[in-house]
Amino acid sequence: MSVNNKYEAVIGLEVHAQMLTKTKAYSNDINEYGANPNTNVSVISLGHPGTLPVMNKKTIEYAIRLGLACESNIAPYQYFARKNYFYPDLPKGYQITQDKTPICTGGHIFIKTDDGNEKEIGITRIHMEEDAGKSIHDVDVYDTLVDLNRAGTPLLEIVSEPDLKTSQEAYNYLTEVRKLLRYLDICDGNMEEGSMRCDANVSVMLKGSKVFGTKVEVKNMNSIRNVQRAIEFEISRQIEQIEKGEAIAQETRGFDALKGITISQRTKEAANDYRYFPEPDLQPITVSKEQIETVRETMPALPRDLFFKYINELGLSSYDAQVLTDTKSIALYFEEVIQTTKNYKGAANFVMGDVKSFLNNRSIEIEDFPIPAKHIGLLVNIIDEGKVSTSAASQKLFPLMVENPAVEPLTLAEQNNLIQESDENSLITYIQQVINENPVETERYKNGEKQLLGLFMGKLMKVSGGKADPKLANQLLRTTLDNL
Amino acid sequence: MEISDSLVDHIANLAKLEFNDSEKEAIRQDMSKIVNFMSKLNEIDTENVEPLMFMSHDINVLREDIPAVTITKEEALKNAPKKDSDYFRIPKVLQGK
Repeated sequence: MSVNNKYEAVIGLEVHAQMLTKTKAYSNDINEYGANPNTNVSVISLGHPGTLPVMNKKTIEYAIRLGLACESNIAPYQYFARKNYFYPDLPKGYQITQDKTPICTGGHIFIKTDDGNEKEIGITRIHMEEDAGKSIHDVDVYDTLVDLNRAGTPLLEIVSEPDLKTSQEAYNYLTEVRKLLRYLDICDGNMEEGSMRCDANVSVMLKGSKVFGTKVEVKNMNSIRNVQRAIEFEISRQIEQIEKGEAIAQETRGFDALKGITISQRTKEAANDYRYFPEPDLQPITVSKEQIETVRETMPALPRDLFFKYINELGLSSYDAQVLTDTKSIALYFEEVIQTTKNYKGAANFVMGDVKSFLNNRSIEIEDFPIPAKHIGLLVNIIDEGKVSTSAASQKLFPLMVENPAVEPLTLAEQNNLIQESDENSLITYIQQVINENPVETERYKNGEKQLLGLFMGKLMKVSGGKADPKLANQLLRTTLDNL
Repeated sequence: MEISDSLVDHIANLAKLEFNDSEKEAIRQDMSKIVNFMSKLNEIDTENVEPLMFMSHDINVLREDIPAVTITKEEALKNAPKKDSDYFRIPKVLQGK
């Protein structure tokens, strides 16, 4: 048994999600990424004395949306707190956050485990708070530069229970959280730009132990993959340390993505003491049952609901359902396609095949895809009706549809001579022609070389200009040859 | 309540302040006076009194999510002791890293 099998890891994640509101959490300056430095600021986000914050209504609605999606309890009464610490990108000297009364408590998010089963990860709490500004340390030799555009950006902090056991589970959890945030339209989930960030609490203990090991907090991961790498490294580091008989220090460590290691940033002796106390400048908020129901009524479909709908109602495989619901915009497109066709499997194949490979080749998102969803539905229908062959649909009609997005596929097929021959009489004419033009092969077939059927089929498709309905033509060809 | 040197050190660290020995002693005495004065309040029995957190009974003082530009970058940077045309400039926070 390897040393690693002696231990198990306990992982909890804290996710910060920047909300996609137009304004900041407690002031009406613009909330947007990438603006010129210090242009989206106000006296409130700059922390000038004598200014007072006012709560953005939208942030409450967004938090409730996420809470409902996670089946959390929504707190009927909440007030805010000041979390005090000194840092140059926090001009007030405190962050306005929710301490004792987070808007959401409890709930869960479902993830896939390493062996593909479903697992429930508990949510401890979700609360509203504000982001700090940005310090830039590596541009100037002597000074740190501070940009306060981000100061006051509304955040949701989502704290998981320590239910995750492996770095892969952490990866899957973050993928699910990001998917949820995007489906709910409350955060764009871009870890590279920092609109979604993650800190990991990692500890290890002997397998089956009831007592958790000392917890280490890991920061500075700018992608889901790097969260996974950081956790992997941290688990091995802690196991090694314990095996050497050394104690694990309770500390904060930063991930160095280039080296793939974590480095100690701050030990407990110097730990922050945030001296939380109630924020007297923001009045308490209440959330009524009616308000929750109003938000519930406007909730978009959630990925998990669509996933089960596709499996149970549309009869798709779990793989298909997974691929279709991975990206919200793809799922919404597919939803529109199946308004027009009842061949769900055919529609799924076309969206996951031709449509997705087109998007990949052009490196575009489905929002920029020219063909209306309805036309993909119509295309699936005319394939089913035998009007065009699957191959003609993919290879010829689909590119034409891209070029002529306003024209219905049947019209395009007619205009471009792509309607397949499923008229027996004209097919028989083609078959007769092929037999007449290939007397040697015909003789060989009659003498038992049945594998020549493929060759005849190829020639038949050629003389028909690719329009022969392959299934019917094949059937007729075989019958004709066998009866010669 | 006696304010110890280590408590002064802790508070100074949180406030990112540094004191020499004589300053520290002065601060320690000031803090003791303040804390002792405030502890006078502890003589009042507040057993069944709800803490007062807000000066009014208003709830749900909320704002619509409508953006506005209220100050320019130049105004934002105006009072900074050190700045350039875009940024607030402060002494290096991370040293030698």
